[in-house]
Amino acid sequence: MDGTGIVIAFWVFAAMTVGAALLVVALRNLFHAALALIVAFAGMAGLFVTLSADFLAVGQVLIYVGAISILVIFALMLTPLAGRHNGESRYALPAGGAAAGLAAVVIYAVLNVDWPLRGGEGFDETAALLGEALLDTWVLPFEVVSVLLLAAMIGAIVLVRGDGE
Amino acid sequence: MLGEYGHASFLLIVGLVFPAGAIFTSWLFGRLHLRPAISNPVKSETYECGVESEGTAWVQFNFRYYLFALLFLVFDVEVLFLFPWAAAFDTLGVGGFVAAMIFIGILVIGFAYDWKKGALEWVK
Repeated sequence: MDGTGIVIAFWVFAAMTVGAALLVVALRNLFHAALALIVAFAGMAGLFVTLSADFLAVGQVLIYVGAISILVIFALMLTPLAGRHNGESRYALPAGGAAAGLAAVVIYAVLNVDWPLRGGEGFDETAALLGEALLDTWVLPFEVVSVLLLAAMIGAIVLVRGDGE
Repeated sequence: MLGEYGHASFLLIVGLVFPAGAIFTSWLFGRLHLRPAISNPVKSETYECGVESEGTAWVQFNFRYYLFALLFLVFDVEVLFLFPWAAAFDTLGVGGFVAAMIFIGILVIGFAYDWKKGALEWVK
């Protein structure tokens, strides 16, 4: 089950991610493009699971599928006449060029790196190991993160509410 | 380990099959003339919690709502950092619990500040 299941899962999630990503570019309605982006994010989370990066998958679902997509949709709803229209843009050509260049670099790297392959001895759970490291050895940086988040939270309020209130 | 995620993929399949099945069944019953096809304006209205919908959904929202999105993002990142703690809860013991409580406590300060400032009030 282990071998074929992962292969099937990989192809399903890969098709889901690439298909949704193509929809993001192709859809004319900006809001629909944002929804397709969420599907692409979710497919990425699945790919992380097949790579046995379970913490990364949870992070992907929480941050990208959950929060980043909310921010994108909020930004759309808050922008006057965000067009809901993904019409022809004069940036189409340079953007296409940049995307092609990036794809070329990634394909070159994938084909030319001698990837070390792990044997099929199964997968480890990374989240528990990370938890032990974070709350034991690296507990101070862990607490500092909450101070950073506190600063972000207060900064958001100060920025949005302005001085008058 | 990965097998447990295999169970999760079952949810994905159910999530895809269930709505598709509902739409297909409705279509099939329509073709078989088992489903009455009587349409009226009230029936084809957009369902909005049972309240009559007003206007289009494509309106520009108040900029202040962005604050809720930003705060949600902060708390979302907080949950991401609490997830490893939950995964290793058994082995970490009291020390881990105290560390996580300090982590949450610092963020509660921010939450209290939000509340005090009225940032969580619904903008009329």
